[in-house]
Amino acid sequence: MSLYLKLKKDKPAMLGIVIIIFFASIAVFAPYIAPHDPLELNLEERLLSPSVDHPMGTDNLGRDVLSRVLYGTRVSLSMSAAVVTIIMVLGITIGTVAGYFGGVVDDVTMRVVDVLLAFPSIILALVIAGLLGPSLTNVMIALGAIWWVGYSRIVRGSVLSIKEKEFVEAARAMGCSDTYIIRRHILPNVLSPVIVLATLDMGHIILSIAALSFLGLGAQPPIPEWGAMLNEGKPFMESASHLMIFPGLMIMITVLAFNFIGDGLRDALDPRMQEMLIK
Amino acid sequence: MKKYIAKRLAIAVIVMLGASLLSFLLLYFAPGNPAHAILTAQLGHDPSLEEVAFFMMKHDLNNPFLVQCSQWLYMITHLNLGTSFRTGEPVLMEFLDRFPATFELAFTSMLIALLIAIPVGILSALKQNSILDHSSRLVALCGVSMPNFWLGLVLIMFFSLKLGWFPCFGYGTASHLVLPAITLGTGLAAPLMRLMRASMLEVLRQDYIRTARSKGLSEHLVMWKHGLKNALIPVITHMGMQTGHLLGGAVIVETIFAWPGVGKFLVDGIYARDYPVIQGFVLVIALFFVLSNLAVDILYTYLDPRIRYDVENKK
Repeated sequence: MSLYLKLKKDKPAMLGIVIIIFFASIAVFAPYIAPHDPLELNLEERLLSPSVDHPMGTDNLGRDVLSRVLYGTRVSLSMSAAVVTIIMVLGITIGTVAGYFGGVVDDVTMRVVDVLLAFPSIILALVIAGLLGPSLTNVMIALGAIWWVGYSRIVRGSVLSIKEKEFVEAARAMGCSDTYIIRRHILPNVLSPVIVLATLDMGHIILSIAALSFLGLGAQPPIPEWGAMLNEGKPFMESASHLMIFPGLMIMITVLAFNFIGDGLRDALDPRMQEMLIK
Repeated sequence: MKKYIAKRLAIAVIVMLGASLLSFLLLYFAPGNPAHAILTAQLGHDPSLEEVAFFMMKHDLNNPFLVQCSQWLYMITHLNLGTSFRTGEPVLMEFLDRFPATFELAFTSMLIALLIAIPVGILSALKQNSILDHSSRLVALCGVSMPNFWLGLVLIMFFSLKLGWFPCFGYGTASHLVLPAITLGTGLAAPLMRLMRASMLEVLRQDYIRTARSKGLSEHLVMWKHGLKNALIPVITHMGMQTGHLLGGAVIVETIFAWPGVGKFLVDGIYARDYPVIQGFVLVIALFFVLSNLAVDILYTYLDPRIRYDVENKK
C-alpha cells in the first residue's frame, strides 16, 4: 500500500481525486441539483446572460446552461468510463493472448498493431465515427476500436517477461492449464500498469469525445454533452459568450483533474513501471 | 547500421501495405450506401433505384470484394486514388492542392511550440522547484488539459470579435495565420515543455556533466555545450513522432478557422460521405506519418552515437 501513501502526500493528485469524486457525485445527483430541466425549451428566455435564476445564462433555445453543464458530467464521465473499459478489455485480452501464446498469433496481432499505429488516432476515430454515423455509441466504438492498440503492446510486453518467471514454470510443472495460469498468475501482474495507463489516458479520452461531438460526429442535440454544447453555441458566440465559456471550462477542469491523478500515479510508481509507460 | 535501416524500411513497406488494405476495408464495411448519399446531395432529392444502380455501376461499386480490393491496390500502386465524388477532381490532386496550406499551418505552429517550449523548459529545469518552475508546469498542465478547439473558439471570441485584431477565419495573409497557429502551437508546446524540462534534469544528473564541471569548464559551457545538446535529443524525437498528431490537431483547427487545408477537406468529405476522398486522404496521411517516423528513427541513430542497433543480437 506504499503507492497509496505516496499518492496521499501528492497534493495535486489528491486535489484531482477530490474533483473527480465531486463531479461524479454531481453526475449521480444531477436531477436533484440542477435548477431546471436541461431539455426544457423556453423561447421567451433565449440567450440570457448569467443571472440569479440562470447562473450560467440560457442558450439559443432558452435552456438553462447550468443544468445542461451539470447533466453533461453524466455524459462525459460515463462515456469515458465506458470507452476505457472497452479499451482495457480489448487491450488486455489481445495483449495477453499474443504474449502468452506467441508464434503466429503474436506475429499477426503485432502487425495489425503496427498498421493501426500508422494512422494518427484522432483522424482514424473521426473517419470511423463519421462512417458509422453520428451518435455517442459510434464515438465509443470508434475510440475503442483504435485505442486498445497501445494497451495490447504494453500488456504483451509484460506478459512476455512474466511467463518466463519461475512461478509460472512451477505452475506449469504442477500441471495447471493455460487458462488457470493466465487467470491466477499473469493477469494480476499485468493489471496495475494498465490501470495507471488508463488513468493517464482518461483525459485524452474525454478530450477526444468532446472534440468529436464538437465536430458534430458524437452526441446529437438535445443531449447535453459539453463538446456538442460548444458546437451549438458557436453561431452565437458574439452575443452570448457564456455559451462558450462554461462547457469549455468544465472539460478543462475534468481533464486537468485526471491529469493530476495520472501524473501523481506515475511519479509514485517504481521506475521500472515508469519506463514501461513512457510512450 | 545499414542492416537496421534496411530492416526498418522493410517494416515500413509492410505497414504501408497494411494501411492501404485497412483504408479499403474501412470504407468497404461502412454501413449505408454511398451512392444513395452522394446522389441525394447532388440531385437534391431521393434518387430513384435506376439512378443508384447506374451510379454504382459507373464507380465499380457492384464488383465482388476481392475484385474491388485488388482494384484499389492496383490503383494506389499507380498513384491513382480515384476521383472525388463532390468535385470530380483526382483525389491525389485535391490533397496536393491543399497540402501547402496545412504545411504552412503545421510548420508555424511547430515553430511557435518550440519557441515557447525550449526556453521555458530549460529555465524550469535550471531553477527546479522555484516559483517559475511550478507556475510554468501548472500552465503546461492546463495547456495539455485544454480542448484545442475550445482554445481556438476563445481566441476567436477575444481577439477577432472583441478586439478585432485578427480575422476569425479564412486564408491568405499573415494575420489569418496568427490565431490558428497559436491554437495549434500552444497545444503542442505543453507536452514539449514538460519533456524538455524532464530531459534537461535527467542530463544534468549524468556523469559527463560532473566530469565537465570537475575539469573546470565554465558553467556556461557545461550547460549549453554538454547539457542542452544532449537534452535536445528526446525533444527532437518527440517532435518527429508528433507529425501525425500535428495533422490530427490540424484537422480540428482547420475546421474551426475554415482553413482551406487537408484536414478541412477531409472533414467535409466525411460529412458528405465522399468515399474516395476519405479513403485517399486517410491513406496519404498514414503514409506520410510512417515515412516521417522512419526518418526520425534513422536521424536518431546519427544524433545519438550511443545508440547501436544491433540487428543480430536483438530479438
